[in-house]
Amino acid sequence: MDAALVIDQEKQAQFVDFQTHPSRYQHWQLRFDGAVATLIMDTKEDGGIRPGYKLKLNSYDLGVDIELHDALQRIRFEHPEVRSMVLASAKQRVFCSGANIYMLGSSSHAWKVNFCKFTNETRNGMEDASRNSGIKFLAACNGTTAGGGYELALACDEIMLIDDRSSAVSLPEVPLLGVLPGTGGLTRVTDKRKVRRDLADIFCTVPEGIQGQRAKDWQLVDEVVKPTQWNEYIQKRAQELAKQSDRPQDEAGVELTPLKRSVDKHGYHYEYVDVSFDREGRTATMSVRAPQSVTAKSLSEIRAAGMTWWPLQMARELDDAVLSLRTNELELGLWILKTSGNADAVLEIDRQLVEHRANWFVREVINMLRRTFARLDVASRSMYAVVEESSCFAGTLFELALAADRSYMLNNPDNPKATFVALSEINFDLHPDLETQHATSLPSCLLESVSGVPRLVSRFYGDDKKIRSMRTLIGKKLSAEDAAEAGLVTAAPDELDWADELRLAIESRVALSPDALTGLEANLRFAQPESMLTRIFGRLSAWQNWIFIRPNAVGQTGALKVYGSGNKAKFNWERV
Amino acid sequence: MNIDYSQLIPNNVDLSSDRTLQRALERWQPAFLGWWNDTGPASTSDLQVYLRTAISVEKDGWANFGYVRMPEYRWGIFLVPGDENRKIHFGDHQGEAAWQDVPGEYRSTLRRIIVTQGDTEPASVEQQRLLGKTAPSLYDMRNLFQVNVEEGRHLWAMVYLLHRYFGKDGREEAEYLLERRSGDTNNPRILTAFNEQTRHWLAFFMFAFFTDRDGKFQLSSLAESAFDPLSRTCRFMLTEEAHHMFVGESGVARTVQRTCEVMKEHGLTDPKEGRQFGVIDLHTLQKFVNFHYSVTLDLFGSDISSNAATYYTTGLKGRYEEAKRGDDHRLSSDEYKMLDVENGRIVERSVPALTALNARLRDDYIEEIQGGLNRWNRIPEQLGIPFRFKLPHLGFHRKIGNFAGQFISPDGQIMTEAEWNRQRDNWMPSESDHQYIESLMGQVIEPGTFANWIAPPARGINGKPMDFEYVRFN
Repeated sequence: MDAALVIDQEKQAQFVDFQTHPSRYQHWQLRFDGAVATLIMDTKEDGGIRPGYKLKLNSYDLGVDIELHDALQRIRFEHPEVRSMVLASAKQRVFCSGANIYMLGSSSHAWKVNFCKFTNETRNGMEDASRNSGIKFLAACNGTTAGGGYELALACDEIMLIDDRSSAVSLPEVPLLGVLPGTGGLTRVTDKRKVRRDLADIFCTVPEGIQGQRAKDWQLVDEVVKPTQWNEYIQKRAQELAKQSDRPQDEAGVELTPLKRSVDKHGYHYEYVDVSFDREGRTATMSVRAPQSVTAKSLSEIRAAGMTWWPLQMARELDDAVLSLRTNELELGLWILKTSGNADAVLEIDRQLVEHRANWFVREVINMLRRTFARLDVASRSMYAVVEESSCFAGTLFELALAADRSYMLNNPDNPKATFVALSEINFDLHPDLETQHATSLPSCLLESVSGVPRLVSRFYGDDKKIRSMRTLIGKKLSAEDAAEAGLVTAAPDELDWADELRLAIESRVALSPDALTGLEANLRFAQPESMLTRIFGRLSAWQNWIFIRPNAVGQTGALKVYGSGNKAKFNWERV
Repeated sequence: MNIDYSQLIPNNVDLSSDRTLQRALERWQPAFLGWWNDTGPASTSDLQVYLRTAISVEKDGWANFGYVRMPEYRWGIFLVPGDENRKIHFGDHQGEAAWQDVPGEYRSTLRRIIVTQGDTEPASVEQQRLLGKTAPSLYDMRNLFQVNVEEGRHLWAMVYLLHRYFGKDGREEAEYLLERRSGDTNNPRILTAFNEQTRHWLAFFMFAFFTDRDGKFQLSSLAESAFDPLSRTCRFMLTEEAHHMFVGESGVARTVQRTCEVMKEHGLTDPKEGRQFGVIDLHTLQKFVNFHYSVTLDLFGSDISSNAATYYTTGLKGRYEEAKRGDDHRLSSDEYKMLDVENGRIVERSVPALTALNARLRDDYIEEIQGGLNRWNRIPEQLGIPFRFKLPHLGFHRKIGNFAGQFISPDGQIMTEAEWNRQRDNWMPSESDHQYIESLMGQVIEPGTFANWIAPPARGINGKPMDFEYVRFN
């Protein structure tokens, strides 16, 4: 057996799979009661995704969060009748005690960072579902709610804390572990809960946290409830939250059937998405294929297509590819984004997405597209979009080019129409005329980036004039020269320069310091405007990850390293 | 308000010149009396009880006997006298001077330790509030009340620490100690075991023997603390705790004595017999041993505990009899053996000693408990009854630690939940066992007379005769 094959087998044994199914859940139970679903955390101590630690007291690791993510996806698509979700615990006097410390202490830096990123995306996804899906979240904190457990609660619309004189919410990362409650905790305490900063300062430095009325007074929770009233209150409040929802009551869901995927040493292969590895060149080429024609022509046909409707299936495949690459292929530092297929079909599907966006299913597909592209925004990988002949960077798929750090477009004067990009309504804030089309209040933009505005808008720093002129281009197939002129692509080398320009751009990129690139890209991608999410990711990437590699946290006597051993952390007292 | 604190509250902490303490107690002391009247021993405020009061830490000051109406009991604040040269003798701070003030770094942890310990004191008073109505003798009634007032004093001891050393937070916590109520779903005591009602005197004796002894071991390890006032407070409390355990051990022993006497008198040998003569059969007593032992083991916490490790390293809580142990008192490279369950089998494994401190304290406890059982077993032995009490397996009926979630029989067999439940009533007190024992309970107030189910003690209190009027009803 040759060495390369052995390595591949090891890699496959270690492969982290983000696909799962409720029948395989180890850590969560899902219960449905009409409009209210309850997601009950009950982590299995010996069910860690990696060996070496026990998931006690509802602490979690990546495996627990993969299940949570899957459960949320299924509520979105398979259970349109669910209007509010209760997050609860099956453990007595513990809601969730956060990320497993022994897991963090024994993980590589990359694993920690990637884990934090994914868990945070899942929490962002809950807020996205509250805003855009009509699913309201209620955290039923029946006991200790610590660290990541409180961060999970913070992602909910409302937090209820049991008032049994001992249960508290806490962010004990600083005093106990010498790190930050950085997976959204700190930022949500201020930006979302609007806890006054001096109170937040106390809250984040007392390991036992804050309980009872004071937790409510400080706005850390929305209500404190006595144990005898607990179940009834949670049910009542969940029903009230459900009433705020516009989700349908009598529609059948769309089953998320398993993705058809093969993973081999060359890459990941799906129906519409293909990823091929170039290990030597440290790149991955991600190709997204558009359909040849539009088969689902009406809303009922779209509903009938369900899982196989192109934008949904493509988004699920792309989502899985991005997650798998981020977790499993750390050294493939540059992703080359390519597309193919029928641009007219994509533009027609975009029109359908906009037209039917009030329909719960179409809305969920749009939400799925948005969340998927948002994973690209926060991927710590360089991304180049490559627009060639037969490429299909149109409308929804042009978001790939907009998410990329750079885009290269072939300029072939002999055949200018063969290589083009195209915009659609979906790349913009919706036109005001469209906004008033529906009686219900719908979001004004569909595929905004994590910064909260369309990528096209932040690309031009919100310059109204520029964006108005972009609107006139909607639906047109723009040549390389037009696209470069409009600022939609980075460079448009002609066919003589093309191969070499592209090679040089790639080779020079992968030679740069991966850390510096991560910082550079995050700075530029989240230039303006900032949102709570960009602040969370930015702070996670900068502050938390800095602290995570400092000896005060992870040195032999660092707080994270010695936690649980009984040994006391020894700090270097120098303030940096 | 002008109060003569040294008269009202016997103390050796210079209360009359400590403004901080006075301010705190001005509010707390009336609240404490309110709590005592609401949830202390029921309908007893007019009784004159022959009680021991501590009025100083001198040899003769500790045990001051006399008749007292309990609401007028002089709950005092006593610490064993300080030694200004005391050094920290374990953990990272080993060799440094003991702390006379709380280091800010450990403030919240120490406060939590003190609150958790303090919360058990009023809890047990609440659990036992109705027992006076069914006391098997005046002697026993008096012992119960002595235990109750001393639990009250232990609450004072913990509240002293909170008031004196923990500022506003400490005052709030001291109030919460009076606000929580045993068994109140909305407002429970902190530890689950302290929210169960003590239904009858057998449960009380078992509790005093098994569960109060957990208190003794916790206090003993806190008596080692680098925080000197805590250490000195706990050392004084331990002298009183010893009496509670005596009440428990002798109470069970007298119950066993009576049962064995009846068995011998009627020629019974089956440990399940005796009820026809109004005593508690040995089989049922064994079931109470199983129950109280197993729930008390849970009070020691997880076998492997990072908190316990941290408490040790930082000097907050030592081992039982830390000073007498001949090691480096840091334990950074030591190991400790403990039982665990792996692949459906009970195995022994070694773990870092620092993380096993709960298990170690519990093992010390078990050793002492076994000594008590051995003394009980002399009674059937001497009366020629073949029965002997046995401690159930460490893993029997556990909710916390390595055996939580397992179903293990008293002799250490792992079994299915269904099988375990099928045998449950054979191993643990059933509802009908409790009802039977409750049927035996009735107040006996004739001096020198004892209920049928329990033998008289070997001697009275403070040299008084057996027919002494330990409690006077006016």
